[in-house]
Amino acid sequence: MVFSFDLLINAVISGILIGGFYAAVTSGVSLSFGILDIVNIAHPAFIILGSYLAYVANATLGVDPILASIVLLPTFYVLGAGIYQVYYVSFEKRGQESLRGLAFFFGLLFITEVTLVLYFGVDYRYVEASYIGPSWHFAALDLPLRILVPCLVSLVLIAALQIFLTRTFLGRAVMAVAQDQLALRLMAVDPIKIKRIAFGISIATASLAGAFLIIIQPVEPSVGREYIGRIFAICVLGGMGSLPGTVIAAMLLGIVESLTSTFYGPSWAPAVSFGFLLLTLAVRPAGLLGR
Amino acid sequence: MIVRTPVFLLIWLGICALVFAASIGLNNDYIFFAGYVVLQYVVLSTAWNILGGYCGYVNFGSAAFFALGAYSSVAIYRLVTENDLYGIPIPVLMLIGGVVSGVVGFGMGYLTLRLRGAFFAIATLALAVVLQTLVVNWDYVGGSRGAYIIRPEQIAPIGNYIRYLFLIMMLLAVAAITIARLIEHSRLGYGFASIRDDELAAEASGVPTLRLKLVATTISGALMGMAGAPFPYYIGYLQPSSTFGLDYAVNSIAMPLIGGTTGWVGPLIGALLLGSLQQIATVTISSAVNLLIVGCLLVFFVIIAPNGIVGLIHTYLQRKPEDFVGRRPVETEIPGQVP
Repeated sequence: MVFSFDLLINAVISGILIGGFYAAVTSGVSLSFGILDIVNIAHPAFIILGSYLAYVANATLGVDPILASIVLLPTFYVLGAGIYQVYYVSFEKRGQESLRGLAFFFGLLFITEVTLVLYFGVDYRYVEASYIGPSWHFAALDLPLRILVPCLVSLVLIAALQIFLTRTFLGRAVMAVAQDQLALRLMAVDPIKIKRIAFGISIATASLAGAFLIIIQPVEPSVGREYIGRIFAICVLGGMGSLPGTVIAAMLLGIVESLTSTFYGPSWAPAVSFGFLLLTLAVRPAGLLGR
Repeated sequence: MIVRTPVFLLIWLGICALVFAASIGLNNDYIFFAGYVVLQYVVLSTAWNILGGYCGYVNFGSAAFFALGAYSSVAIYRLVTENDLYGIPIPVLMLIGGVVSGVVGFGMGYLTLRLRGAFFAIATLALAVVLQTLVVNWDYVGGSRGAYIIRPEQIAPIGNYIRYLFLIMMLLAVAAITIARLIEHSRLGYGFASIRDDELAAEASGVPTLRLKLVATTISGALMGMAGAPFPYYIGYLQPSSTFGLDYAVNSIAMPLIGGTTGWVGPLIGALLLGSLQQIATVTISSAVNLLIVGCLLVFFVIIAPNGIVGLIHTYLQRKPEDFVGRRPVETEIPGQVP
């Protein structure tokens, strides 16, 4: 392929935009895996669930997918809090989270995916909204709105999460539970309750991320699997539990993936995230902005 | 009572001979087709358990290791047919597949096992996606179109080729079980158990944890690769999306966890039970529903019966009269887990 400057700039810009979306996808895992130390590998499945719910709302009621996902946030929060309760009682309390807890989440991932397959089939589904289709042009630059809108909303989401974690009492309690559960207990705060709230929030982000996903690309139940590698690569690269790090890492991965698919072909893009993950684990396990 | 390994091996070979004779007696080739899959799961779940059950490290990439074995067979098959060489016998293919998967397992382990266990699990999950990407882009082994393998109709002493594949898989299953049992009763096994119970304490007492973990990943990966190597000959048409399918990963985790992870018996029971159940459900209901059943059973068992069927039997046999009086063990909470 002939190297061209326009192509390069466009690839970088679309990488940054996609990176913003990846940041939203990863923020939930940064919260659960990075801060709470719960290896929720079922997160992509909840994102796909979010996509399908947004699709149903869009197809039957004609609601904007992002709006639908915001309405669904409390439902996902309750779902997450419920899952954490089960996880805590069955695994964390018995000290078995490393093997059986992981298997539990893997089972959830599997059940969600198969249920979606049984209910919706394996056809690709997509949504309709006014910003899907048109794009803005600046000189040689293309800004497709279907990626720009999710990117901007996801940056707002992450800013809100960051303010929550650093400025509010509850958010600080979440950060504290990651450092020292016993100390929190001595301050008369129930660490389990804090963790339940935090996990609920982490699953709630999946609702929004799911809506973004189905705006950006058509979705079928097994699409989530491609995101497992990406999500954890970004989470580890950004430095566990650091939201600014997550955004930087997400954009970095977005740019490299976009360059790879522009210059080598899109079928190679999934391998990029794995390379990132292995490289980070081998060279700097603490990540970019790790504590 | 501990049976010596040669005796143990002889007993199993005897059982195999009986099963094989009985299957031939029934004179229905479907039994061999279904039995092959069940036996394949016996190997996969035993292999998974060597790392997962003995060391406590979760491998989500069983499908990747399995597919590595299968695709190395396809690559060799292409090489052989293009150059008009003699066909390579399947046991040799299995050895090659085992070596390839073992090397990949070793490399993965070397990069990720120095960190916390969760990283290894995530890396194995991503490995499946990446290997699938590589295979899809590799035209020599068929790419995304898939690859055909024409298997011979007959083979000299046994007759029908599917019987030959069945026999080979049965022998591999016996080998896997024997290896697992051998590990259990050796220094290696005690080292693995110490890693599973408390890695920090094991390291402090001078157990070479990294080396042991690498041994476990290599053995486990190699066995999975060996299970995958004859698969193209079984299925005839190998396609990336089904070979890397999540059902291998979920089955090879679900079977040991449902059977019980502490010894070689658990994965065997789990695989025989769940494998046969799936074979029946696939015929009578549908293949998607039977995967749903496996997923639900997995979640159910990890929550309700942490030690699987073996654990249930064990507690049933060992219960004492005072257990019925209503005494309960004091529950203690662990305040902060050491990472």
